[in-house]
Amino acid sequence: MEQKTKIYAEDGKQELVISREFDLPLELLFKAYVEPDIVEQWMGTKVLKLENKKHGSYQFETTDPKGNKYGFNGVIHEFIPNQKIIRTFEMANTPFGVQLEFYEFEQLTDDTSKLMMHVIYESVSQRDQVLQLPFAKGINMAHNRIQDILTKVK
Amino acid sequence: MNLRRDVFQAIADPTRRAILLLVASQSMTAGAIAANFDTARPTVSKHLQILTECELLTQEQNGREIHYHINAKKMKEVADFIEPFRQMWEDRFNKLEALMKKHKPK
Repeated sequence: MEQKTKIYAEDGKQELVISREFDLPLELLFKAYVEPDIVEQWMGTKVLKLENKKHGSYQFETTDPKGNKYGFNGVIHEFIPNQKIIRTFEMANTPFGVQLEFYEFEQLTDDTSKLMMHVIYESVSQRDQVLQLPFAKGINMAHNRIQDILTKVK
Repeated sequence: MNLRRDVFQAIADPTRRAILLLVASQSMTAGAIAANFDTARPTVSKHLQILTECELLTQEQNGREIHYHINAKKMKEVADFIEPFRQMWEDRFNKLEALMKKHKPK
């Protein structure tokens, strides 16, 4: 099966590109990034503020099952409907710094569209840390599994 | 058997990730590795075979024993371990797509 989401992350660079083709008309794809109640649903986060305009800003907040709150925020540098968004993104209270994001929305056919996300980090190591976050989570789960197994053996 | 193994397939399995984690701290014999799992020994051997075929582990003959080492170079390749990151975005975008397919214009 072909993978719909592609990641391009060259070794030693502080940037990456995420691309994805959607079975959605361009307008619907763009709408998913603009309407707060829709963003909340697919991103799984609360939208505290989302100003879709040049010099606007946004604030999201996620609550984990334990009730801990995580903040995400940034400012919008460019906003061209159905075409382009340039914004910064930052996870509050983490060492991952600020990233610069270029979103390009493109119509493929009447019913399909494409998103290209170009993300630039402050350094190579910051990019690599962000890339490895989900993997580290997987390793931790594997580690917990070992713990479980060892506890059972005793 | 010359079946080419996919590295991502190799690290997709939780037991194999656990094995990599164990061997990452020190090289071990198959027996020592198997002792950490309550899975049958042949199952662990099979996992070791797959990890070796993918070159994530290397074998070293030490007298009568075979020690397994982690192959840091190959790990780095996988490495930057992009697959879980990609999967995270894939899930997110799938959600977006499903949601917008049901979306009725107001």
